[in-house]
Amino acid sequence: MEHTQGQYKQKENCQVIRQEAVGNHIYSLWLHTETIAGCAQSGQFVMAYCQDKSRLLPRPISVCQTDGNALRLVYRTAGEGTREFSALKTGDFLELMGPLGNGYPLDEAEGKKVLLLGGGIGIPPLLETAAHLTGSVTAVLGYKDEIFLKEEFEKFCPVVCAVEHAPDDTADAVTGNVLDAVEKRDLAADMIFACGPTPMLRAVQAYAAAKGIPCWLSLEERMACGIGACLGCVCDSVHEDEHLHVCRKRVCKDGPVFLSTEVAL
Amino acid sequence: MKTKIRTSVEIAGVTLKNPVMSASGTFGSGTEYAQYTDLNRLGAVVTKGVASVPWSGNPTPRLAETSSGMLNAVGLQNPGVEVFCQRDLPFLKQYDTRVVVNVCGRTQEDYCQVVERLSAEPVDMLEINVSCPNVKEGGIAFGQNASALEAITRAVKKYAAQPVIMKLSPNVTNIGEMARAAQSGGADAISLINTLTGMKIDVHRRKFLLANKTGGLSGPAIKPVAVRMVYEAHHASGLPIIGMGGIQTAEDALEFILAGASAVAVGTANFQNPCAMADIIDGIEAYLEQYKIDDIRSLTGAVDG
Repeated sequence: MEHTQGQYKQKENCQVIRQEAVGNHIYSLWLHTETIAGCAQSGQFVMAYCQDKSRLLPRPISVCQTDGNALRLVYRTAGEGTREFSALKTGDFLELMGPLGNGYPLDEAEGKKVLLLGGGIGIPPLLETAAHLTGSVTAVLGYKDEIFLKEEFEKFCPVVCAVEHAPDDTADAVTGNVLDAVEKRDLAADMIFACGPTPMLRAVQAYAAAKGIPCWLSLEERMACGIGACLGCVCDSVHEDEHLHVCRKRVCKDGPVFLSTEVAL
Repeated sequence: MKTKIRTSVEIAGVTLKNPVMSASGTFGSGTEYAQYTDLNRLGAVVTKGVASVPWSGNPTPRLAETSSGMLNAVGLQNPGVEVFCQRDLPFLKQYDTRVVVNVCGRTQEDYCQVVERLSAEPVDMLEINVSCPNVKEGGIAFGQNASALEAITRAVKKYAAQPVIMKLSPNVTNIGEMARAAQSGGADAISLINTLTGMKIDVHRRKFLLANKTGGLSGPAIKPVAVRMVYEAHHASGLPIIGMGGIQTAEDALEFILAGASAVAVGTANFQNPCAMADIIDGIEAYLEQYKIDDIRSLTGAVDG
């Protein structure tokens, strides 16, 4: 491109380092990036563009991990777009824009006892968070049935798994959801970082309110522009947003991470 | 030496440096996209719909992708005309581009109030949105009936200090009749098409994908419909036309111009490529050079036959 490259943010065409399935319909994709990996914060996301241009909208995918210039995305195939990504091989390219959104406020967690609560495909974004938190951290990972990424979390912090469809509690996993696991294992916290499906986040939000624990939730919503212009991906907010002047917030721009007391789920 | 090529166009006495502008609702007030693309290059920025007071819009999900298209049911969420004038307009005035404000409302009074509020502001043109399929009352009700369209055009014109563009709905039987109605009401120009009303159902969950059930279909899927309607509207009225509907490339834009548009707007393509409009402007210039056309205005309606 000829026009003023330095002045404007741009998409980046990233080369695939490797990709593998880490679970049923769950893929781990490592990409080489010039800029994105270097400045991505935990909890931020990228927009990934399909090669098949009949699929117009980019797919928002959270940052799972960074390592120098390498960026890791762990995602679930949910439709044709993510199925296209799952076919990417070493040496192929994927166009990304980002990093986008705000990310988890790691400074706020300094010296605190932090619980990371992840549910399903909300688990991957907490891996980079676990890697960067310095204090006392426990990750509670909730699955329907199949466990993934557990060993990788164990490199950074103690892990408790909650498996919804498990027949019985075991030493490794509690039967039930993440809050069942928090209760059964009597896990205390001064701060919660959570990411997962909306029903889980709603329960975590209520739990944090009841216990008076500051809690940050990463929300998911269908997106189009990814930069705050189209207002496609809003969530409800408790107070009037100072930019939008209504009780909504933009998940892509004002989030995806929100204080649990500022959003209505 | 290259011959001097004229890319500027005139709409209702307002000169645009080139015929490419943003389509309302896809580009906000340009604030966010200014970090990705040079707004100075654009013929105009057409803002997201502005109402007399803040609107909260529809519940989510507001978006669904379809084959070569997308449905949206944002529902004209906007912070209201006061915030627009105090915050967004000064931002846009930093750039060397025309400012077209899209105006939305539920009643005739709503539209007139916004238009009057903008009359002393540094706005180049007004685009009156009587064709949004995503709001329950007002809006599209004015855009689907020729006499209602003529009446609201006439009402708005009484308060307007700037040229008025009526944005037409494709969800009508006879687009030519609607173009003539806008003209009879005193419109200075028309823009078309707004989105086509659509629906998508998740068969596994047996649920609508959009909370609003229906949404507006945009993107390349609707382009042939839009080109045909621009052609019909061009032949039905003498009004200048801003053509839109699925434009992604310079060739797409030129199709609309040859069908009868004086300028074009680019919407959904911005989501796939934040520099889509700059790329389209470059492509139009290359086309003019390739075919040795020295004035883009000579292409309007110039399709053979």
